[in-house]
Amino acid sequence: MGQTMAEKILARAAGKGETFAGELINARIDMALGNDITAPVAIEEFARIGVDEVYDRERIALIPDHFTPNKDIQAAEQVRRMKEFARRCGIKHYYEVGRMGIEHALLPELGLVLPGEVVIGADSHTCTYGALGAFATGVGSTDLAAVMATGELWFKVPSTIRVRFEGRPGPWTGGKDLILYTIGKLGVDGALYCALEFSGPVIGNLPMDGRFTIANMAIEAGAKAGLIPPDRVTLEYLEGRAARPFDVIVGDEDASFFQEYAWDVTAMEPQVAAPYSPANVYPVSRLAGTELDQVVIGSCTNGRMDDLRQAAQVLKGRKVHPNIRLIIIPATQKIYLQALREGLLEIFTEAEAAVSTPTCGPCLGGHMGILAAGETALATTNRNFVGRMGHPKSRVFLSSPAVAAASAVAGQILHPNELGEVR
Amino acid sequence: MQTIKGKAWKFGHDIDTDAIIPARYLSTTDPAELARHCMEDADPSFPGKVSPGDIVVAGKNFGCGSSREHAPLALKGAGVACVIAESFARIFYRNAINIGLPILESREAASALQEGDEVEVNLEDGVIRETGGGRIFRAVPFPPFMQEIIKRGGLINYVQERVKKGE
Repeated sequence: MGQTMAEKILARAAGKGETFAGELINARIDMALGNDITAPVAIEEFARIGVDEVYDRERIALIPDHFTPNKDIQAAEQVRRMKEFARRCGIKHYYEVGRMGIEHALLPELGLVLPGEVVIGADSHTCTYGALGAFATGVGSTDLAAVMATGELWFKVPSTIRVRFEGRPGPWTGGKDLILYTIGKLGVDGALYCALEFSGPVIGNLPMDGRFTIANMAIEAGAKAGLIPPDRVTLEYLEGRAARPFDVIVGDEDASFFQEYAWDVTAMEPQVAAPYSPANVYPVSRLAGTELDQVVIGSCTNGRMDDLRQAAQVLKGRKVHPNIRLIIIPATQKIYLQALREGLLEIFTEAEAAVSTPTCGPCLGGHMGILAAGETALATTNRNFVGRMGHPKSRVFLSSPAVAAASAVAGQILHPNELGEVR
Repeated sequence: MQTIKGKAWKFGHDIDTDAIIPARYLSTTDPAELARHCMEDADPSFPGKVSPGDIVVAGKNFGCGSSREHAPLALKGAGVACVIAESFARIFYRNAINIGLPILESREAASALQEGDEVEVNLEDGVIRETGGGRIFRAVPFPPFMQEIIKRGGLINYVQERVKKGE
């Protein structure tokens, strides 16, 4: 019997010829990640294990990105503990403000997560790296501590749900719309304990940035990993970037899947998730006219170059509606600099948007754009649970950068096609 | 392992980690401080009324969302002795086992038990019963490997032993 991509990657990491869904294995970890919220707990637990050194200084990344630049004294203390630990253990990939970026944009950018690898992160959106063909999954701080000490972790090999996108997407339909549609169909626990694997011609034509968006939100359907088999687009992205040699691993032709879906995206409108669940998804036209107070474009889901270019395409020559605060957050310093060079930051600023240094900030209601009671936001982020961006009585809708930018101009949710000509 | 005896607090489906412990309180790792805001966005009165030894009973996909270990830590800090749910989100499931917060998966118990019910849970055999000779439910048993982690009191103790043995 053939193996799925997830089964093959995990088999190799476990040093076995093959493994199948349901098996418990111990896997060697190629890269482990923590942030300023999860690493402090992991550091405490690591100390309890009683080892002096981490398993590999080059295979641990500690990225202070959630409450940074430090939002208050407590946040500063957490980052200080991280920094001291990173220095003491000689952790190579620790990045301070000014060099850092949102972890799930930064690690791929640095070539630190690669096809065929097993990556864990004490952050649920670690599944982002599945876009590169890595088996990447979110874990907790204690798991991270165990990996920092031993370089290994236990997994139950997941079964795989395969999703295939067919047809020709419209000009405003991209990675965010495909994954919101998927979550809407599967529900927030539709892929619980499973890996999601995305394939088909639409994925084949999708640039890496859109693929990262898709893999990033696999967790929102409960999935353990969101995998996209590497192809020419993947290898081009990794050219001159990969920090280590790697092997591409894809599933066998005769692998068996737990479930399979095929969806035609030809007539698909841009998708929007309404409060309070990322599975509460509608075509944008159904929610058009919803009045907004704030729009956020950024996050590990949609803060990359293609996202900013899409927002700029909509915002160029236009002004943000007077009722709206538009906050745009390039995900890494490199993306920020590229956006500056391409003139995007000028377009944003002239449109009267605020542009921030990289941070997860508002996505999780941390800082840099918190909502008051009764306020409504449209964000390109990944979750819209109760209280996610601030007050428990605020609301968050989720969309692509194009819909977010068009809605920021209109002051209400709007399909980008409906904006009209720039005057 | 001991038998847990406590009052049931009932929650619905898809209780996410932002509801269990909102991110605005994540700039601390102190379980007592986290406990003061436990389940706040699902039921603001919960931190005030939960007593040590009580049991949280919930629907499917309990603990979905972020990987924050602060979620099981907040529940443990609030004195919650066990969570019974129809199903758990996978990161929460790992985290709970890793930090030693007992969890049990039972669709029947999760739907039958009501708020305020007095419940007895035997973690050894996964039997859940209503106090006073009421209904009896059986939870899905943990695989032996996970029982090992639970028996040793969490992942850190388990890893400690392995490191000592030089495995």
